[in-house]
Amino acid sequence: MSTPPLPDPEVPPPAATGTAAVTTTDEKPPPQGNTVMREILSSGWLVTVLAVVLALVLSGVLIAAADDDVQAALKYFFSQPMDTFAAAWSAVSSAYVALFQGAVFDTNAETFTAAIKPLTETMTVSIPLILAGLGLGIGFRAGLFNIGAQGQIILGAIFAGWVAFHLDLPAYLHLPLAMLAAIVGGGLWAGIAGFLKARTGAHEVIVTIMLNSIAVYLIAYLLTTPVLQNPGSTNPISPAVPKSAQYPLLLGDSFRLHAGFIVAIVAAIFVWWLMGRSTIGFKFRAVGANPHAARTAGISVNASYVWVMLVAGALAGLAGSAQVLGTDKVLTADVAASFGFDAITVALLGRSKPLGTFFAGLLFGALRAGGFAMQARTGTPIDVVLVMQSLVVLFIAAPPLVRAVFRLPAPGPRKARAARSTTKEVAA
Amino acid sequence: MSAPTTDRPAATAPDEAAKPLAPISWKAPTGYGVFSVLSLVLFGLLPDSGRESTFTISTSKDFFQIDPITVPSKSTAILLSLIALGLAVFSYVETKNRRKVGVWLPAIFGVCVVMAFLVWADAGKDSPIPLTGLLQGSLFLAIPLVFGALSGLLCERSGIINVAIEGQLLAGAFLAAVVASITSSAYAGLIAAPIAGALVGALLVLFSIKYVVNQIIVGVVLNVLVIGVTSYLFSTVLKNDAARYNSPPKLPTIDIPVLSQIPVIGPVLFRQTVLVYVMYVVVALLQIFIFRSRWGLRLRAVGEHPKAADTVGIKVNRTRMRSTILGSAVAGLGGAFFTVAAGLAFGKEMTGGKGFIALAAMILGRWNPVGALAAALLFGFSDNLQVVLGIVGTPIPSQIMLMTPYVVTIFAVAGLVGRVRPPASEGIPYVK
Repeated sequence: MSTPPLPDPEVPPPAATGTAAVTTTDEKPPPQGNTVMREILSSGWLVTVLAVVLALVLSGVLIAAADDDVQAALKYFFSQPMDTFAAAWSAVSSAYVALFQGAVFDTNAETFTAAIKPLTETMTVSIPLILAGLGLGIGFRAGLFNIGAQGQIILGAIFAGWVAFHLDLPAYLHLPLAMLAAIVGGGLWAGIAGFLKARTGAHEVIVTIMLNSIAVYLIAYLLTTPVLQNPGSTNPISPAVPKSAQYPLLLGDSFRLHAGFIVAIVAAIFVWWLMGRSTIGFKFRAVGANPHAARTAGISVNASYVWVMLVAGALAGLAGSAQVLGTDKVLTADVAASFGFDAITVALLGRSKPLGTFFAGLLFGALRAGGFAMQARTGTPIDVVLVMQSLVVLFIAAPPLVRAVFRLPAPGPRKARAARSTTKEVAA
Repeated sequence: MSAPTTDRPAATAPDEAAKPLAPISWKAPTGYGVFSVLSLVLFGLLPDSGRESTFTISTSKDFFQIDPITVPSKSTAILLSLIALGLAVFSYVETKNRRKVGVWLPAIFGVCVVMAFLVWADAGKDSPIPLTGLLQGSLFLAIPLVFGALSGLLCERSGIINVAIEGQLLAGAFLAAVVASITSSAYAGLIAAPIAGALVGALLVLFSIKYVVNQIIVGVVLNVLVIGVTSYLFSTVLKNDAARYNSPPKLPTIDIPVLSQIPVIGPVLFRQTVLVYVMYVVVALLQIFIFRSRWGLRLRAVGEHPKAADTVGIKVNRTRMRSTILGSAVAGLGGAFFTVAAGLAFGKEMTGGKGFIALAAMILGRWNPVGALAAALLFGFSDNLQVVLGIVGTPIPSQIMLMTPYVVTIFAVAGLVGRVRPPASEGIPYVK
């Protein structure tokens, strides 16, 4: 099939493609969900920033509300209201300062190494988020809502772990082979959902949710069998990953940051090339923009679904390998933590673009790494980070709400859109 | 995100044409055949002979005491498997003659295979399998699934996908625990739970109808939000003063006079908490009202073809809003199960994915209240079976047992159990 040149490769074509290209056959509008998704993905950066601000403010309210000093001051609120505000300010600011110090730069640290350790921790934590988020982003842009990153991470970790524990190879073979196994494991697990979607129309949301649960029990089971369990141990824990299969450390022994971060960067570049520069990526985006039009244009929609899921699962599998072979160096049932679900919010925040996902992953990695420091220093439970993450995504998904809160004008009809649709007709 | 039904015009076209000789689907008889043969070989033929299985039927509270039943394991399993095989053959014949078989066939088939499995699992074991307790526990564990599935069904019938069931259950569990602890009345908790669910539902409505955000995104994010807020309040407020905020009293078990004395059925159905009796009523009411009332017709019209509904004067988004908030309240009520009905204090993420299984139960029950009830009971049964067999000592690892409902669901949505068709306009926002 010959792919017509796309004027703006970063923005998926508007619905006009389908109708302009296919005037003779029945004119089906794209499923509404695709249009909505595209609008979310194309709203401005200002909304992103304001959404983060709004989320921080609302989480601050929650932090203040649960603070003991604030509650004590609230009892005499009407005689001395400033006391309440002062207590709330000190509770919220100390929590956020601790969050920053735990995530980026520890100003209290005595040595430079200790001071920048939080930043490297943030980078380490963000590796699985970035990798899995990149995979999910591909799915979103192809119109597939893949909730299964959790299961795919687990399967990737299982496969990588098996290769790491059971093969005895030199490092130049062992690590690549373990990574390859992770790619295969995650890809296969996601491929089930893609295959069923293509073959029977089974909804990928339900199938991936079910596969997540199956993966959780599968790893719990395998950790009680010789397949993964440490010989001689009665606990569900694997042997330690041998040195030859570990991701090498990037900054020496005093930091946990490992080569998985480079893998994440390479993966982001790969996804940029795949979605922006390759034919297969063009097909993915065409299917996401309007499957009916894509089918008419000769793209196999079903094959695209399978490939999208395979690629997404492979990236999530790599995220699993980063945990086993890099960060944890041992396989437990909790290997995926909540990375799979956080990655959904990462991909949404990053607007499913590689660069956006990369920075969104860093941001959420920072929230997570800083959250632990915040919990340790100020006693503010890390759960508030979940609230922040979900609020950020909710606000970003609803730009009119953010604009209403900050009294921003609604964006007028864009000139660019009219110009683009005319070029489209020419191209078609 | 694309809805599968609109994606595949090629697949639906032959159905719509409804030619006199549409191809026969052999999936169902093949499935029955495979499972009955598996059951015959695994549970009947392979195990050693000469062992016995025991089932107890009566509970200590029963008026009529029935002695435990002991059966020879091998021959009983073979007999049950042969009945199942007979049903498979019957299904084959009926399918060949293009006749439809009723719901009774899969039901009896399922009972036969499960009983064959139980006979095999208990073979040669000292401890008997408490049949009544097994069923009683199944119904108990199915409560949140039933409420969750009904919630999903109410929302999806009107065209709003509710992935936030998990969050609604959790919110219901949280508020039920707090209110019940403060008022020291379990019933007050039962009233508070639906309010918490409805609040989450209101957020779902706000973002999915007013701001036209993808409903699945909103659902997923609301789940995270509710987990975050409840866990945060749990770690701060509830932990500081657990005696005051987090020690909910347990709902009492109410015996219905006479009915609760019927052997097996009595203890299972009529010796439960008030939440279960409410569940019976809600299932019955929804089954009648969704399919037999003006309200239900409008609800379904809005979910199937909102434009047509709008044309005849039904307020599409208002109907969707009401049914979503009502549905969310139902899920919230189900959340009360985890705290006041189970008699447990609130814990972080204590719903443990039950909301997603409820979603699966709704699909397995084909967006139908009674079907959802049946599917939820199935999941509850497999959940409780795992507990009971854990006590008896099972030859199968518990994780594999726990996996089963999810595998079954995947088979179900992949169409092996029969074609599942969601409401045509679910997930599609209606903008005039």
